[in-house]
Amino acid sequence: MSQQAQTLVDKVWDRHIVSEEPGRPSMVYIDLHLIHEVTSPQAFAALEERGLKLRQPQRTVATMDHSTPTDPRRLEVLDGQSRKQLDLLRHNCEKYGVTLYGIGHDRNGIVHVIGPELGLTQPGMTIVCGDSHTSTHGAFGALAFGIGTTEVSHVLATQCLLQHRPESFEVYVDGALPAGVGAKDIALAIIAEIGTDGGTGHVFEFRGSAIESLSMEGRMTLCNMSIEAGARAGLIAPDEKTFAYLEGRDFAPKGAAWQAAVADWRSLRTDEGATFSRSLTIDASELAPMITFGTNPGMGQAIDKHLPRPEDLESDQAAAELRKALDYMGLEPGKTLLGHPVDVVFIGSCTNSRISDLREAAEIFSGRQVANGVRTLVVPGSQNIKRQAEAEGLDVVFRTAGAEWREPGCSMCIAMNGDQLSPGQYAVSTSNRNFEGRQGRGGRTFLASPRTAAAAAIRGCVTDPRTLTAG
Amino acid sequence: MEALKSLTAKALVVHRDNIDTDQIIPARFLKVTDKAGLGDALFADWRYAEDGTPKSDFVLNQPWAKGRAILVAGQNFGSGSSREHAPWALLGYGFRAVIARSFADIFRNNALKNGVLPVALGKTEHSKVLAALAADRDAELTVDLEMCALGLGGEHIANFEVDAFARHCLLNGLDQLGYLLHFEADIERYEAERSTRAY
Ligand code: SF4
Repeated sequence: MSQQAQTLVDKVWDRHIVSEEPGRPSMVYIDLHLIHEVTSPQAFAALEERGLKLRQPQRTVATMDHSTPTDPRRLEVLDGQSRKQLDLLRHNCEKYGVTLYGIGHDRNGIVHVIGPELGLTQPGMTIVCGDSHTSTHGAFGALAFGIGTTEVSHVLATQCLLQHRPESFEVYVDGALPAGVGAKDIALAIIAEIGTDGGTGHVFEFRGSAIESLSMEGRMTLCNMSIEAGARAGLIAPDEKTFAYLEGRDFAPKGAAWQAAVADWRSLRTDEGATFSRSLTIDASELAPMITFGTNPGMGQAIDKHLPRPEDLESDQAAAELRKALDYMGLEPGKTLLGHPVDVVFIGSCTNSRISDLREAAEIFSGRQVANGVRTLVVPGSQNIKRQAEAEGLDVVFRTAGAEWREPGCSMCIAMNGDQLSPGQYAVSTSNRNFEGRQGRGGRTFLASPRTAAAAAIRGCVTDPRTLTAG
Repeated sequence: MEALKSLTAKALVVHRDNIDTDQIIPARFLKVTDKAGLGDALFADWRYAEDGTPKSDFVLNQPWAKGRAILVAGQNFGSGSSREHAPWALLGYGFRAVIARSFADIFRNNALKNGVLPVALGKTEHSKVLAALAADRDAELTVDLEMCALGLGGEHIANFEVDAFARHCLLNGLDQLGYLLHFEADIERYEAERSTRAY
């Protein structure tokens, strides 16, 4: 008898069940646990309190990213509270035997950037981190999701979590992406379509020809933003691109083990006839560059569309929410965003700080100058990316154009490391959250792709990147 | 974790949808290494002016608002970041239950692990609670976890759903780490099986 057709999510899930008992969630084994300075201190404290040891130190890897200054002076500009947090992470890693890629280390970078680039992230794994954008790692066919600090302590102590089997949600993106449209635009289009809670309780599986055609970096951008649609995780079946990306990376299997791994990874696909609890189909050929105008990532639309009007919305509550958002953003309903002046452009974050993102932006910066009065930060996601970009001369392109080339870190994605907006400032940002104050109290964020951000830097206002060809 | 069986208390309403964890506690307060004092940072940017003075128009700053243990919000409460500082801040302020139309997954998990009960209501019941609190801001709500029932001044409003295991832990004040540690033998068996894999 043939086995029941399974989704990719179910296949990965089933491999990790340690025990199951009626009336409680399954106990799920965690292959890779990533930690950073912000969400781990209280978890180590919980271990300390109970006198527990770390069950599998080699399955936990630490980095410093959220509070680390990207200013080249780094430690000199670090505030006392952050210093204490970073020191504590170092202390905890030493005490419990966890590998730490701290500030200044060759392998340091944003947690969701270094996992994949070091080959720590592999198909079929369960991966968690006290960080909601852990969904990024799903690009490799891993089941990867963010957890709270209490759960971080659970993983440290037992390498397991109590979880309910997630429902799977097929996001089928078919067709050829138009020129100038990329993974970030797909992500923002999906969130605009289903809302920031459209994926609650589900794990996305992204499928279809448009997904297959994305680079691994693009797939990471897309999976990264799953959480912005409410899904804790999003994944993509591994394919030849996945294997080619991983082969030879520091922690990828080598030799015979690599062959065995790839043979196994090829089975990680949703079976023909498997059913999803929900499905959404998107025609990639109809997509345009996207931008957000509001205060959550679901408030986005094609860059050349006019802003929605509260009176056109169905429910009073939705109209009230839109009014509040436009009010915070200082925008008028019905107007276009094109030409809206910007003060800051941020190219970076775990969504868009990888080499292909930087190349895309550099194409637009090349031979051009950042508009007067616009502060532009380009922040590579890791030391590895920084080195590669510099080897390709991208840093020179950015600097020559008048942008700042910074040290790796979360930077202006989250206002806790010195990089932030001032009240009232407008930013076009390649990060993932446009929540009120996310980039600095009173700051106003337009989320967009690296191309759209670079175009805004050059023109000094919101600009359709399709009107700016490669320089 | 402090057990929660039933709670009768007055409520505060912040009627917005999609209240994200950056609003519940902005990132600049995440530089701490413990949980102390986070209640003061709850809703910081809505609650305080830039110079730190309380904003007179925000509900938490009203003289009558002190000591209320139930928060009522809109849809998709707790979206965004996984920061457990969000429930720590709610708990630090004194909230033991949040009533909303729906909750983001990670927030719901985090809240339950800290003794903050997320109560999701349907549209009608949610509207009823809002209307009652609009008519009398001092109306008392009863969140009964044993019965999974929400009452308003003695009247039954709705039943709500809570994951059975999380409910068991919350009713008894159990934390899940202790529970997980009982399964040492299963974890060992699983790890032994896995170690035979070729990669
Ligand atoms: S870049 Fe932003 S979203 Fe990504 S891990 Fe850092 S703070 Fe979180």
